[in-house]
Amino acid sequence: MSFFDLKGMLQPLGAVKQLGKKPHTINYPFETKKTADRYRGLHYNDLQVCIGCGNCSTICQNDAIDMINIEGVEHSRGDSGLRPRVDNGRCCWCALCVEVCPTGSLNLTKDYIYVTPDANAFLWTPGVDNPEGKNDISFTSETEFSLSMYNRVPMRELEGSERVKSFAEVVLGYNEEEARAEAQRCISCGLCTNVCPDTMHIPEYINAIASGNDEDALRIIYDNNPFPEMCGKVCTRQCETVCALTHRGVENDPNDKGAVSIRWLKRYATETAPTAAKIKEILNPVIAEPNGKKVGIIGAGPSGLTAGYYLALRGFDVTIFEAKAKAGGMTVYGIPKYRFPMESVDKQVEYMESIGVKINYNTTVGKDITFEEMHTAFDAIFVGIGFQKAWTLGMENEEIQGSIPAVDFLDIINRGDKYDVGKKVAVFGGGNVAIDGARVSARLGAEVVILYRRRVEDMPADWEEIIGAQEEGVRIDPQTIPTKIIKGADGKVAGVEFLRAEMVADDKGGRPRPVAIEGSEEIFECDTVIGAIGQEADYSWLPESFKDKIEIKRGMMIVVNEFNQTGDPKVFAGGDAVNKTADAISAIADGYAAVKGISKLLLGHE
Amino acid sequence: MVREKETTLYLGPQHPGITGNMMIKLKVTGDTVVRAETHVGYLHRAFEKLIERRNWLQTFTILCRFCVPEPDPMELTYARAVEELENREVPERAEYIRTIVMELARLQSFMLWYAGQSGSAGLYLTGQWSVGDRNYILDLFEELTGGRIYHMYIWPGGVRRDLPKGWKDKALKTMDYIEKRLDEYNKIMFDNTIFQKRAQGVGIVPKDKAIEWGVVGAPLRGTGIKHDVRIDEPYCAYDKLDFIVPTQEGGDVWARALVRQEEARQSINIIRQALEKMPEGEFYNKVPNPMKWTVPAGEAWTKTESVRGEVGFYVVSDGSNKPRRVHVKGAAYTNGITVLEKILPGQNIADVSFILNSMGVCPPEMER
Repeated sequence: MSFFDLKGMLQPLGAVKQLGKKPHTINYPFETKKTADRYRGLHYNDLQVCIGCGNCSTICQNDAIDMINIEGVEHSRGDSGLRPRVDNGRCCWCALCVEVCPTGSLNLTKDYIYVTPDANAFLWTPGVDNPEGKNDISFTSETEFSLSMYNRVPMRELEGSERVKSFAEVVLGYNEEEARAEAQRCISCGLCTNVCPDTMHIPEYINAIASGNDEDALRIIYDNNPFPEMCGKVCTRQCETVCALTHRGVENDPNDKGAVSIRWLKRYATETAPTAAKIKEILNPVIAEPNGKKVGIIGAGPSGLTAGYYLALRGFDVTIFEAKAKAGGMTVYGIPKYRFPMESVDKQVEYMESIGVKINYNTTVGKDITFEEMHTAFDAIFVGIGFQKAWTLGMENEEIQGSIPAVDFLDIINRGDKYDVGKKVAVFGGGNVAIDGARVSARLGAEVVILYRRRVEDMPADWEEIIGAQEEGVRIDPQTIPTKIIKGADGKVAGVEFLRAEMVADDKGGRPRPVAIEGSEEIFECDTVIGAIGQEADYSWLPESFKDKIEIKRGMMIVVNEFNQTGDPKVFAGGDAVNKTADAISAIADGYAAVKGISKLLLGHE
Repeated sequence: MVREKETTLYLGPQHPGITGNMMIKLKVTGDTVVRAETHVGYLHRAFEKLIERRNWLQTFTILCRFCVPEPDPMELTYARAVEELENREVPERAEYIRTIVMELARLQSFMLWYAGQSGSAGLYLTGQWSVGDRNYILDLFEELTGGRIYHMYIWPGGVRRDLPKGWKDKALKTMDYIEKRLDEYNKIMFDNTIFQKRAQGVGIVPKDKAIEWGVVGAPLRGTGIKHDVRIDEPYCAYDKLDFIVPTQEGGDVWARALVRQEEARQSINIIRQALEKMPEGEFYNKVPNPMKWTVPAGEAWTKTESVRGEVGFYVVSDGSNKPRRVHVKGAAYTNGITVLEKILPGQNIADVSFILNSMGVCPPEMER
């Protein structure tokens, strides 16, 4: 090839042809470029959907997102009240924040031009500072490819037909692989901790389980809950209702809504310690030197035992007075064994006794020892008596044979005694106690019907209790108002008369009320009627002189301060007698709060 | 013998003729390079160290920053290493999508090479055309991934999103357009006597030394040695596609240019085939919650063919939620640091940046 190769010299000049062609640039600003449908531009956050879990902030590898308080968004149940603020000077638009957003509130928009001479102006809160971004949303995280794991690891249970044959535990618990997988779903946002009455360290112990440190998990749990096994089996789990994953997990399961199974994970952690000795070995508790202060506790229920345990750890001389033969309170005598086996309680109590908690069984305050005697003998008193007395139905023939309150019925069965329910049982009520009564009756071989005033969806009982009961053949007859217990010729219960009800919207905006339909009387023939419409406390042991000092609202609820201290500075109280929620975890929280109060009173520090 | 006077010239770290922030210290006599010393360190961003502080998923968003002209092989190589550690299956559709992304990435990188190679020879028009046309490929990327340059699209387990509606047709149309344009580039670049004169016999990598020096990519194939990871150790869907790996004899800039010219056409060929053969189905085998995702302890070494050659990732896991070590062997590592020192002596000063472009020197991936 010579330098005078004509073709090689002239060919490039052909480029001149391009002059006549349409340019492929756009005439900005008269024309604008159409941005792709999934462009990753500036952030937009739907403030109403966002729950402030902070997952976006955690995943951001540039630390471009921080969580701040903004005007108009308050901290509430299941919402931290914080919202993400983005430093657009740090953001790299990788959109990992979008991919991990459990609610799908955070998206990226098509906007990508942001010009300002003010360097601080690059720091802004999506959704607050760019409300117009709502119309330009482009990069979103659909539930199906979101990095949040919305599917719960299912819990293995006994078959319904198998369950009714015995009082064997229904829930089988996670094995190691299942627990690791379930724990891995947790995003550690801590919204659950906020609603836990006992503010348990939920993300921390789940994290420990996820990374295979089951013993660590147990230690973390015991920091403020000495009854993890009970909570792991029967807790009302407020935590799971606010789990960040529930917001988009509804599609997968309308019941658990895809929440992390916090309760089952706690249960799994407790299984690492099958005996009291093992618990002690794992926890290796540090017990303070005796400080010479004596604390008396009335009632060995969850609140009393919790107070006793932590006080003993702090060097107090603790004596618990329990009217019954076993410690555990309602969790032993009220909860059926297929939900919470006796061994679980025994193990727990044995461990507490091993670290120095003294329990005087079969000792009733007011009978075996008076309250005045206690008041002089102890430096502080904790009252954790619970609700033992069932509400009466206020119905004709309530007292006859075959009619029994659920708490009494469960008490008899849990003690190991026999109760003949006959062939057919009617249960009144819609709470967990009613379901317990029904499911126990089913196990005794009866055909069971639950009569409830409102609709099934209004039942205060746990959804899984309701489903569990139905699987075991219990029939729920909603919108029925029992009016009369029918007395048979033998003087025993022969049936129940009830009215059908219709739901009427409440004028004041409350939930719909059931109103009886006149003339809709029906009769259900049965051998036993179990009433489960509520319980109350029995204060007959409390001398009148103290009743004035300790304020008791409506004869039921003891009024306490933040340290669960009553009107008498020496007397603390907790459990159902203090809490409206009347659940074990609140009782444990009360016990723990009282420990701080008692320490403050007697030692001068929390 | 009278020794000629040597002058020291510093090419870079800031210089129009350098292909990134590095410096070449040239000892010259007259117009001829006598010795060349490559100096790196201007672009060290400690990415490998940063990765050790990020979890397995966070990592993938900084990988693309290893190499601006062609970020995707980094994402793919890392993803494949993690998948190897975890034995994670990748859906077949994802493999095809990955193949398409890799080839699109190669293609747009070739377009940049056209600009650099011809621009350093003073032919600016090719660059203006190819960089303009490259935007059509970036448009495809934008629609597919949501980003134009940094796609952050290939992650362990598959790809982030499926092909958008109508993307396939648009991609095929763009391929037709680019193919036509490649002919036009040829007329003003390869057919141009000026370019031919500049390229032929310049910057020769000797065939007998190429393997010993660790030359990879087009520079290696330009010496006549057929080596391409896509053929030698196929990954993604390459083993199911039909394409050739071009080689040229001579080892000079011209041979490398011809190899690249044909490879760009092969990329179009591969993209067309992959779009047609792609099965329906899943595109992502979801990884667990990234905050708690742990990868089994072990080590993996994966490699990918980028435009500049073989990219390798050595990933070590200690079983935790963060990589213990990620070592990256950028394609330009040997080509840009040691091989340059060997082939620059004897060349004309004006040819230095011409050769740099031809060797595919990319400082950001040399230093990470």
